[in-house]
Amino acid sequence: MNPAPASAALALGDDALLLSHRLGEWAGHAPVLEEELALANIALDLLGQARVLLSLVGDEDELAYLREERAFRNLQLVEQPRGDFAHTIARQLYFSSYQRLLYEELAQGDTAIAELASKAVKEVDYHRDHAEHWTLRLGDGTAESHQRMQQALDALWRYTGEAFEPIEGLTVNWATLRARWTDRITTVLRQATLTVPSGPQSGSWAAGGGRQGVQTEPFGRMLAEMQHLHRSHPGATW
Amino acid sequence: MTTMAPDAGTQDDVAYEAQFNAAVTAEERIEPRDWMPDAYRASLVRQIAQHAHSEIIGMQPEANWITRAPSLRRKAILMAKVQDEAGHGLYLYSAAETLGTSRDELLDRLHSGRQKYSSIFNYPTLTWADVGAIGWLVDGAAITNQVPLCRCSYGPYARAMVRICKEESFHQRQGYELLLALSQGTEAQHAMAQDAVNRWWWPSLMMFGPPDDESAHSAQSMAWRIKRHSNDELRQRFVDICVPQADSLGLTLPDPDLTWDEERGHYAFGPIDWDEFREVLRGNGPCNEQRINQRRTAHEEGAWVREAATAYATKQAERSRHGYRAPHDPQQGDTQEEDIA
Repeated sequence: MNPAPASAALALGDDALLLSHRLGEWAGHAPVLEEELALANIALDLLGQARVLLSLVGDEDELAYLREERAFRNLQLVEQPRGDFAHTIARQLYFSSYQRLLYEELAQGDTAIAELASKAVKEVDYHRDHAEHWTLRLGDGTAESHQRMQQALDALWRYTGEAFEPIEGLTVNWATLRARWTDRITTVLRQATLTVPSGPQSGSWAAGGGRQGVQTEPFGRMLAEMQHLHRSHPGATW
Repeated sequence: MTTMAPDAGTQDDVAYEAQFNAAVTAEERIEPRDWMPDAYRASLVRQIAQHAHSEIIGMQPEANWITRAPSLRRKAILMAKVQDEAGHGLYLYSAAETLGTSRDELLDRLHSGRQKYSSIFNYPTLTWADVGAIGWLVDGAAITNQVPLCRCSYGPYARAMVRICKEESFHQRQGYELLLALSQGTEAQHAMAQDAVNRWWWPSLMMFGPPDDESAHSAQSMAWRIKRHSNDELRQRFVDICVPQADSLGLTLPDPDLTWDEERGHYAFGPIDWDEFREVLRGNGPCNEQRINQRRTAHEEGAWVREAATAYATKQAERSRHGYRAPHDPQQGDTQEEDIA
């Protein structure tokens, strides 16, 4: 097996790490007990993926807890505040649809990332299923849920384009990936009586710098909370 | 037990009660469709509901540390633990439903203050070490209380408890292991662990409830085998287990009167501050208001989500009645990927 390209492991690992963190914020706040279980489950899967991926690059805790804001390589999508349940579901729909297609392709490779991707793709399949079910329920549920879901989809749309920018070290047909993602999202949203957002998906004035280490404002605050205790006790083991 | 409940009170309740009592005494399990006295049903609902509420309120003090867990390994363990508690809540609300009381109704009783949860969760988690202290002491006390309930007379409750106790014992070990790492770590970490144990020790002893001579429901519950040991017996058992464990941890327990009583073969311990217990029970603990407010807020803010799920299910049922099947119906399995690919 070939060594995994560090830049790619870092980008994918950071995506999983930070989305897991945001999902972890739901603990004790979910709308129904079943969702306490489901969201925690997805958060745990992602954290597991993050730990494998970061360990391909270095020490998982050093990477998670001791890097500064500009050294992270995640998509801006995953760091956005959790918002209401519709925002969380819209994000999960966008992200897990992307991750599912990407991992399926990466699983064909011969690096350590391929090994992780082939295991994780089964988990991600469930994540996407969960997000699609809820998209249908919220979109085709009540007038209020429809409106909230549409609002969330629109608000997060601008963070989706970045996902299809090539990641250094990965051989992926990004244009095909984007087309498949768009098809899938379009089908689900139509089914849910929702509208595919029409705004820009990225742009220097909008979003799209996460992979280069340019994050959004909520990121620093999130990192402060995540890293505070670890950084307060330099060299300690936990 | 297999005696079916009578359809409409035409049967002789006295005969049923005798049969019920005989089954309980013979350590047989009572199942949901068996005849049971109304008071037995009501007691069980109260006890199971309080336990279920404790599980879901108990998520809060620990979830408080998920986003600040100091290593990814600890973060994964803590998330899994809080998730387990939600799962325990689910089993227990389901067990209560077998007695004819819905989850919605029980949640309503919790939110309106008509039903209680364990007072221990009205104490705050101030530092990371509190996560360890909760695992070691609070889950330890819970196991001491709950293991006997695996033999409780009501079948669904007893079976739920078997599974819950297995998971709780894992939680207790993780708490102990977390505290051990701190105790053997830096000076600051050790101090953090000791401080947490100092704050959680006495409230943990209160988890067993008031002394036997003041316990309101004990005698009948013991006769019905929905409680198997007295509060004081269980409290003593817990103290006896903890003292040597504290030693191994390299931590002390905050009780100058804690000594081995050769004659009784147990550890003697100092007086418990029952005034504090009653105050917290009355709603005046450090976090009573915060805990119930968070619960209510989560429930109220989630109302539109639950309404959407219900509305969608109704629409789907309507559609299937009219022979319409959605082109992408998640219930029918996921074939869309192939369609797109």
